[in-house]
Amino acid sequence: MSTIENLPLWAAILISALLVIGSSLALIGSIGLLRFKTFYERVHAPTLGTTMGLFTILAASMLYFSLAQTRPVVHEILIGIFVTTTTPITFMFLVQATLYRDRFEGGDPLAGLSEEQPQVKTPNDP
Amino acid sequence: MRRWLPFPVISAMLLGTWLLLNESLSTGQLLLGGILAVAGSWILVRLEAPSLLFRRLRVILRLGLEVIVDMARSNYRVARLIIRDKPDRTPGFVRIQLKVRSHYSLALLACIVTATPGTSWVAYEPANNVLIIHVLDLVDDDDWGEIIRVRYEGLLKEIFE
Repeated sequence: MSTIENLPLWAAILISALLVIGSSLALIGSIGLLRFKTFYERVHAPTLGTTMGLFTILAASMLYFSLAQTRPVVHEILIGIFVTTTTPITFMFLVQATLYRDRFEGGDPLAGLSEEQPQVKTPNDP
Repeated sequence: MRRWLPFPVISAMLLGTWLLLNESLSTGQLLLGGILAVAGSWILVRLEAPSLLFRRLRVILRLGLEVIVDMARSNYRVARLIIRDKPDRTPGFVRIQLKVRSHYSLALLACIVTATPGTSWVAYEPANNVLIIHVLDLVDDDDWGEIIRVRYEGLLKEIFE
């Protein structure tokens, strides 16, 4: 097991770049959470941190520990899988709760939603 | 076979997850993971989960690659939107008529829609198979229904249905 000083230069640069990208995305996502005005817009912002931000940080972790322990360390993939498959559930709950409240208060945001044109439609069938 | 391993794909995934989690290929861990994998698939039988069959591995890889590229692109787009915060942004809801119906396709589609920032899953109407998503910035006349159908739906159909 080697320490951080023994990392090759290219690896140190790559790992730090991945970490900086990941944490910047998480930061930008949090700024978006503050800046956006409506709930439905705000939901989008933190996904920066849970998608690309998460994956760059996991990649950095895999790279660092694989080099430091001179064996492939890949169980971070599981974190990625678990987070990607569970965030939609949280988001759906949040959005459904908001939709329910909006409808309850009389302002259904989906009320005036235009029907999408169906794929195959024969107008004025005889 | 059917009786002992009702969900072979899911059992294999459970075993893989267990081994990854423990970072070991020892006999003990293989045995423990095997028990967990078989027990897990029995629980799924009790839950009456629809059976899962992967058709084409190559299509799955293609879908994965496409999602990663789209994820990177939409991350960049949303990050730019947040930093610039342009006032003429038009957020809105979009109705999409889906063709895929299976639970697994819809579940994976939910993961994809959520994993690409800028689109979020709002509601699904099972009666008429309509999905409603929220889009952060409706650029010009980007046809989101068409995007979902062309990029993902065809591949999902090939994989699960």
